[in-house]
Amino acid sequence: MLLIRCPVCGVKGEEGDFHAGGQAHVRRPATSDPVNITDEQHRDYLFLRHNPKGLHFERWRCDRGCGKWFHAARDTVTLDFKAYYKIDELPPVELMRQATGYWAEHFAPHLKATKAKKPVAKRNARVRS
Amino acid sequence: MTGKPYRLPESAGAGRLTDRAKPVSFTFDGKKMTGFAGDSLASAVMANGQRLLGRSFKYHRPRGLVGLGSEEPNALVGVGEGARHEPNLRATQVELYDGMVAVSQNRWPSLGFDVGAFNNRLSRLFPSGFYYKTFMWPRSFWKTIYEPTIRHAAGLGKAPTGRDPDTYEQLHVHCEVLVIGGGVTGLAAAEAAASTGARVIIADENPRFGGLADIAGGKIDGRPQTDWAALRVQQLAKADNVHVLARTTVAGHFHHNYLLLFERLADHDPQLIADGVPRHRLWKVRANQVVVAAGAIERPIAFANNDRPGVLLASAARGLVERYGVAPGLMGVLFTNNDDAYRTALRLKEAGVGIACIVDVRQQVDGALAEAARAAGFEVMSGHAIAGIETDIGGKAISAVKVAPYSSGQGRVINEEKIECDFVAMSGGWNPAVHLWCHNGGKLKFDDSLQTFVPARHSDAISIAGAANGRMSVGECIAEGYAAGEAAAKAVMSKAKAVRMKPPSTEQEAEKRLEPIWFAPATGKYNEGNKHFIDFQNDVTAADLELAQREGYESVEHTKRYTTLGMATDQGKTSNVNGLGVVSQATGRVIPEIGTTTFRPPYTPISMGSIAGTSVGKLFLPVRKTPVFSWHEAEQANFEPVGEWRRPYCYPKMNEDRQAAVNREIMVVREGVGLLDASTLGKIEIKGPDAAALLDRVYTNTFSTLKIGKGRYGLMMNEMGFLMDDGVTVRLADDHFLMHTTSGGADRIAAWLEEWLQTEWMELRVFVTPVTEQWAQFAVAGPKAREVLQALGGDIDFSADGLSFMSMAEGRVGGYPVRVFRISFSGELSYEIAAPANFGRGLWDSLLKAGEPFGIKAYGTEALHVLRAEKGFIVIGDETDGTVTPLDVGLDWAVSKKKTDYIGKRSLEQSYLKAPNRKQLVGLYTEDPNEVLPDGAYAVEKVTDKPPMKMIGQVTSTYWSPTLKRSIAMALIEDGRNRMGEMLLFPLAGKVVKAQIVDPVFYDKQGARQNV
Repeated sequence: MLLIRCPVCGVKGEEGDFHAGGQAHVRRPATSDPVNITDEQHRDYLFLRHNPKGLHFERWRCDRGCGKWFHAARDTVTLDFKAYYKIDELPPVELMRQATGYWAEHFAPHLKATKAKKPVAKRNARVRS
Repeated sequence: MTGKPYRLPESAGAGRLTDRAKPVSFTFDGKKMTGFAGDSLASAVMANGQRLLGRSFKYHRPRGLVGLGSEEPNALVGVGEGARHEPNLRATQVELYDGMVAVSQNRWPSLGFDVGAFNNRLSRLFPSGFYYKTFMWPRSFWKTIYEPTIRHAAGLGKAPTGRDPDTYEQLHVHCEVLVIGGGVTGLAAAEAAASTGARVIIADENPRFGGLADIAGGKIDGRPQTDWAALRVQQLAKADNVHVLARTTVAGHFHHNYLLLFERLADHDPQLIADGVPRHRLWKVRANQVVVAAGAIERPIAFANNDRPGVLLASAARGLVERYGVAPGLMGVLFTNNDDAYRTALRLKEAGVGIACIVDVRQQVDGALAEAARAAGFEVMSGHAIAGIETDIGGKAISAVKVAPYSSGQGRVINEEKIECDFVAMSGGWNPAVHLWCHNGGKLKFDDSLQTFVPARHSDAISIAGAANGRMSVGECIAEGYAAGEAAAKAVMSKAKAVRMKPPSTEQEAEKRLEPIWFAPATGKYNEGNKHFIDFQNDVTAADLELAQREGYESVEHTKRYTTLGMATDQGKTSNVNGLGVVSQATGRVIPEIGTTTFRPPYTPISMGSIAGTSVGKLFLPVRKTPVFSWHEAEQANFEPVGEWRRPYCYPKMNEDRQAAVNREIMVVREGVGLLDASTLGKIEIKGPDAAALLDRVYTNTFSTLKIGKGRYGLMMNEMGFLMDDGVTVRLADDHFLMHTTSGGADRIAAWLEEWLQTEWMELRVFVTPVTEQWAQFAVAGPKAREVLQALGGDIDFSADGLSFMSMAEGRVGGYPVRVFRISFSGELSYEIAAPANFGRGLWDSLLKAGEPFGIKAYGTEALHVLRAEKGFIVIGDETDGTVTPLDVGLDWAVSKKKTDYIGKRSLEQSYLKAPNRKQLVGLYTEDPNEVLPDGAYAVEKVTDKPPMKMIGQVTSTYWSPTLKRSIAMALIEDGRNRMGEMLLFPLAGKVVKAQIVDPVFYDKQGARQNV
């Protein structure tokens, strides 16, 4: 059972106190343009999810705490949480840099954009020493 | 056979744990036996001269004791009677008490004479995969004949009869350091960790600490190891920051150092249970650091018929003598490939137990212990192995072993020598107990000198020390235990004031290298009547493993599944490495290349009672009650579960059955007036400047155009275009809505709205507040509903114009502050009246009183369902199953064509959701109006003699309609709307029911009754 910390209210709890929300940073195409959504875009939005070995970015909800959704970066091999960040934030820059495969592609434009700016989110301490 | 020779005299200086002054009587398979306080069930039965303790799983071979503790694969017993019977306990771990009733398992009719033992004669017909290969045909035989027969013949113990009368509990605990295992290593680790002030838990599965300190030989600070251990336990027990848990198995290690500890509080003493002590306790521990000090398990040697009762591990023979003063037999042979086993010979001789000779597979035997054995007068047959065993008829007792010269890699045995004996103590080396290390992904590496797997790396905050880490001398164990304890505490405690532990001086005979032996060749032709057992519990032999390789199960994980090696409750404790050795020889690959299978939790079985804990009976699940629940109870309502709610299904009167009650309640609503407790209906307040915008996005129809004080029926789809909820939403103010959801969907829908607001439409300024339990809500339905409300008095105008259909009003009724909604789920004139929950019961009683002259009666959920079905209204979860669109159920009118975006809209454009052959909602009239179709009945295209028949749809709701005095049903039928009038066929058991497709609105299609 995972041990998770909510970055919004700060509570640390058991996996069962949280709700897993699947892959992070999936945007709904219709929200920005409800008219021109190709079948492929729609399919990818509904069904295409990634399951990388290693660094992954997920959504969680602080179910029995503040009720807020947040993001977490987790290593799917060691199950270590690398960072927690808010639902409207991008991962810490160093994690975006570490990302591989799908996530590297996904974050590339953001990394470009943040090069000049300061990091988007502060890295949270790891749960376990 | 009398027990006398097996219980060693007190003068032998054995039986450290037993108290000869306290005899204990018990029964085993109905036979009266006696033992002593401190005995294990296994030792006591052995002391009584019985060495047959069980029958094996598949071949029903007679089996005796093999191990000393939890590694025991054979001696599985049932203890206790009736509801207190507990099966599959290891007799080695069962502490004897006076009056114990124990039985052996897997034998019929008795342990001595077992019909199933015939399987052994037929064993050539039962190779691995036998079940997969044989019981394939005919298919129908599996359920009726094969499976019941196999289940009767195989299987382990029997389940208890009746409800468990005992109590169980669970604890949630945090600690800085959890030490698994209370041998010298674990005690050292706990001592070091506790010295820093860290909260420490040390758990051991045995009733006492010290592990194998009593039989490992060697000394600490010049005194027996047990003295050192006893002092440590004493000190730890006194410390405020340490939990010392005996009889506690760490059953599993899970993510982020979450561990399950299974403590047996009262199994060893029925008086404790009588005093109300819980039988078992499950500790759910979250530890910052874990130290595994689980010790090591001796491995058997695969020689011919090594499973005969009387063949046991050398450590078990030594332990039986040392701890219980019980001899494993009168004259034994020691069979070994290592030095440690010589301690058994020496200890047994000291206690007066005969050892005929020591058979050692190594060509050169010159270790200190071997020399000591030779000096003690033992004959050491180096370069030899046991090639066979002679037994009495039935194989229940050994009479001699056959010993032959052996060198590694040698084939069939030719010349052999017979040595008379009645027991064999075997030792194939020691395997670190790495199970818990591996539960959550710990990696292993092969250690050449120990010829076994030892821990390598782990990504958790966990370390491993002592014998579990392949350190087999007491000096190394203590040093490593201290180091592990210190390191663990240091990693957690901010300012660890670690007292640097000073390891004591130790002395122990040095051991020479062992020689691996994975298979001792047998006399005679290969495998002629011989079985070399690898996994005793699952009856897996070396030949089975070789067969699996020949049949292509090259991956060790496949071999495991095909042969059942290392499965079940045993989890390969004694068999894992031996199995790999056999596979290695069969394939010519080295063991590290083969790898290991996965060790799974629990380490040993834990009780179902401990898993349930106190969550039984009324505490199993809290019941949600509406404000008028006690009234329903007083009226002796028939309840049905709706999620966690209990809702009245109907209110039967004297001598009335459920169907009659439901019919009566329906007619009350149709002809007079009924009262329904609808408080469970989901209620969510939606407030904020963008409230209407949110509703427009989550509902298929438009809510921004809704006028204040008006309600509208809305449909909710998921993003896939499938219906997930429905209900009437009312506009209370420009920026304030009250959403009604299904009773079961209230929590889910509130969370759903929150999710969209928080994660996708963050710009919307809306609050979503679930208020289901804040309001009591009652439906007053029927032609006389208006009169009842008017009789109650208040400031609300209930006239047809004053409060028109789909309108709401706020005010007072009968003195209560209420919101009234004129909505109808029954098709009758109907008002839903909501009051703050605390006024619920008062309002309910007032409504009943005011309605009395009009004949008002409460109606339940079943009447509600029939009433709505008569009107063709859908119920989410009845007419929908997560694959049904609004178009499928004919609700196109509620799906907006104008709105550019709402959840699920894009999916509705997909071709497969617009296909003409989709199942559509229709009504059904059975040909025989008295025939009520069963729920879920399938319609088929054509009825044939036997399946398969092409199915074209299914019944979703089906009732007897007292209003129409005939049966009605709703169904989802392929292309149903185009088949109007068609007669469908529903093949049921023994008959075919015909039903005609009709409009799903059966009653008052124009809606005249609710618009009055």
